[in-house]
Amino acid sequence: MEKKPPKKLQAKHKSPRSINFKVIKLCSNHSRNKLKPEALILAKSEEQLLSAYGKTNGCVLTRDAGLGIEYCDSLDQNLQMVEKGTSLLKKMEISVAEAEKRTGKNAVNMQETYTVYLIEMRPVDAASEGTNPVPDSLWRRYSEFELLRNYLLVTYPFLVVPPLPEKRAEFVWHKLSADNMDPDFVERRRVGLENFLLRVASHPDLSTDKIFYSFLTEENGWKETVFETGFQAKADSRLKALNATFRVKNPDKRFAEMKHYGDELQSVISQLLRVRARAADRLYGVYKVHGNYGRVFSEWSAIEKEMGDGLQSAGHHMDAYAASVDDILEEEEHYADQMKEYLFYADALRAVCRKHELTQYELEMAAQDLTSKKQQREELATGTIRTFSLKGVTSKLFGQETPEQREAKLKMLETQIEEGEELVKERNAECEEFVKSAWVDIERFKEQKDHDLREALISYAIMQISMCKKGIQVWNNAKECFSKM
Amino acid sequence: MSAGTPRSLASSGQKSIQDICHPLSAEESALSRIPDVLNPGSAGERDLILPNGTPVDTSSPASSSSLLNRLQLDDDLDGETRDEQKYNITTEFDLPEYSVRRRYQDFDWLRNKLEESQPTHLIPTTRTEFDLPEYSVRRRYQDFDWLRNKLEESQPTHLIPPLPEKFVMKGVVDRFSEEFVETRRKALDKFLKRVADHPVLSFNEHFNAFLSAKDLNKRQGLALLTKMGESVKYVTGGYKVRARPVEFAAMGDYLDLFTQKLGTIDRIAQRIIKEQSEFLMELREYGPVYSSWSSFEEDLHDPLEGVSGCVSNCSSALEELTEDMSEDFLPVLREYVLYIESMKNVLKKRDQVQAEYETKLEAVVFREDKKTPVPSDVEKCQDRVECFNADLKADWDRWENNKRQDFRQLLTGMSNKNILYYEKCLAAWESLIPLLQDKQEAKGETN
Repeated sequence: MEKKPPKKLQAKHKSPRSINFKVIKLCSNHSRNKLKPEALILAKSEEQLLSAYGKTNGCVLTRDAGLGIEYCDSLDQNLQMVEKGTSLLKKMEISVAEAEKRTGKNAVNMQETYTVYLIEMRPVDAASEGTNPVPDSLWRRYSEFELLRNYLLVTYPFLVVPPLPEKRAEFVWHKLSADNMDPDFVERRRVGLENFLLRVASHPDLSTDKIFYSFLTEENGWKETVFETGFQAKADSRLKALNATFRVKNPDKRFAEMKHYGDELQSVISQLLRVRARAADRLYGVYKVHGNYGRVFSEWSAIEKEMGDGLQSAGHHMDAYAASVDDILEEEEHYADQMKEYLFYADALRAVCRKHELTQYELEMAAQDLTSKKQQREELATGTIRTFSLKGVTSKLFGQETPEQREAKLKMLETQIEEGEELVKERNAECEEFVKSAWVDIERFKEQKDHDLREALISYAIMQISMCKKGIQVWNNAKECFSKM
Repeated sequence: MSAGTPRSLASSGQKSIQDICHPLSAEESALSRIPDVLNPGSAGERDLILPNGTPVDTSSPASSSSLLNRLQLDDDLDGETRDEQKYNITTEFDLPEYSVRRRYQDFDWLRNKLEESQPTHLIPTTRTEFDLPEYSVRRRYQDFDWLRNKLEESQPTHLIPPLPEKFVMKGVVDRFSEEFVETRRKALDKFLKRVADHPVLSFNEHFNAFLSAKDLNKRQGLALLTKMGESVKYVTGGYKVRARPVEFAAMGDYLDLFTQKLGTIDRIAQRIIKEQSEFLMELREYGPVYSSWSSFEEDLHDPLEGVSGCVSNCSSALEELTEDMSEDFLPVLREYVLYIESMKNVLKKRDQVQAEYETKLEAVVFREDKKTPVPSDVEKCQDRVECFNADLKADWDRWENNKRQDFRQLLTGMSNKNILYYEKCLAAWESLIPLLQDKQEAKGETN
């Protein structure tokens, strides 16, 4: 399997962090090896662009041999992740370098085509020394990522587990393919998967998980290891419980609010993505129709004498204008992907709140059960029947029980009550534990979210600025040609 | 009397109709030197009489305009002070030159008198009055239409500039809306400018009447047709031209192709406007999403609100762009298409005149009596053809130049509108960046 030679990066702002970034950024983007014809136009305005963006975190925007400018939207997130430095990330650099198509037999022995992704692990020290040893690597497909995530969800129900990139393309505008095999989709998924791994690797708790580590290191037999943990049994029961409707009497207020927040966040981001996709479609139309000017100016110039040259060259600029929209919208997809991540994060957040409700509910159930048992004991002891029970009715109808029977019952109840109290204590502790750890993680998540979304908005604004500057440039060029008509 | 050498009427250039030098009004160069306020000085000639002795009679259209065919104004160059500045009015036609001296206030008096007796037809315009000595008349669209028809009749060998479209569908276009009125006004303005700029058309008496007369006596019209006009008017169709000169054939071909291209450009421009409008619709929904998001965020509240405001600014800028293109760009294109139509008609007429000549010539060539001289009407035909060709060629060159300028202006204008749109958006987004970064720095400090 061929490894593409790493692109040489030129850091605009040299900072100690930039070295760590080299490799991560490299692997994220080396397949984006496109030359952008409009980039020369950007040359002058880049300075402003870079200084505006650079202010935020002194981080790196790279230039591809002076011909292209690439934003790394996730760059800043990576920075934060590396900075917060889990011990894992301190040692290793993780990336999803490539994607490949495979065919094979699936579970029902049918031929299928699927995509696999190459995960690379590189020791940190080697990168900073400038040497480039061959990284440890293995191939994984999307379903294995899913398996990993499900495992994490079950094992750490109190954590907001980072989401995977979407399984199927949604919120697509017409030019974007909804086909899972489409190379652009695959590429965006590769970036999303890498992002997922980095998120997990930078989480203080998740990064230490053994299964996660073996996901990164053991190609064969990993699946078996996961199943051996028996998490699936827990998963099934948990899933059933979560899907069932239940009413909690005393949920923690903060979690109730968080759940509500999660709902609202999900709703608003969905709407944002939907409208954005429609707007992207329209914008595409606007730019592309200008290409028709190119053609008609060319035809027109053929029947003109002095006006011909000016018209012809103006036409070229109209063509360039029309072509520029592809890159613009590709950049915008990055923004959409960032939003999508938080759309799915909202879901993960809601899941934690729901799990809290579940533990709370189980506690309440246990407490309720205990109370009723205690009441039964009381009734039995005092002989009064306060609570309705079938036994009570039948005994009334068919006569009271013997004292021996009553003794036996009482004894049973006592044991049950003892067990019940144990259970309540257990569940209570569980609940408290859950609330404590979950809230810590939720706070961590809140900070991360505020930071990331702010960064996303900044890079979105920068994108818009770049688009405007390109537009001004093109129309100025056209204007010059017209003035020479 | 100081006599300056009579100069030809200055071209009106880029001025609006209100500024156009009417034969009776001040010359352009003189205008620029007219001070705003003048002391009413000592007695100048107050009674305004026509140089030829007849009193000003504004009641009938024929008298004033037909006699005062050409007037000029010279600045008195004898070094008088500004206040005493006087202007020489020189009329020239078949009679010996007359020259009178008038001061600014005299023009003012004239103007007031004229205004008093001017008709008060409603012209849909929002232009303000001017304080310059000039004719001010009110005209309706149908008056412009009348003028154009008259010009076509009386100067059939010339290319008459087109008018904006006559018929607008009621219910589709609001004929009294500001935008429509303004668009029409601009087109009418351009029409008049072109006529005034034309060496032949500007002296047309119908044009003079149009600019000055109290009542356009449209039914009768003025009796004087040019020699050419009369003869061409009676050329009947039905002749087929045999040897169309190459240059006129080329003109026809060019006009056909050019019309096609203009049509295509019109369609493209319309489509762009449509796409932009649909994009605008989406933007108007997009911005508020950020607003509603900000309502349940704390830290992110300001950034999100900021983005919402930005999108809203861009929306407004886009709306202005599409409106401008609709109002300024499309009408000009359409006007040119009409212009070309009328030009093709003139070419056809030329063909007709030539065809008539060819037929008559042919008949004569095969005449039996070789001794009789060529009949005079054949000679007249030949005359006509040659004059027509000459007129048309001159007009064509003029038209080519105008066309080049017009389109340069039009396309540059389109570029400017787009540049302005992007500049507005750029400013909005650039001003947002510090707002987005703001909290960060504050946070950084507290860390």
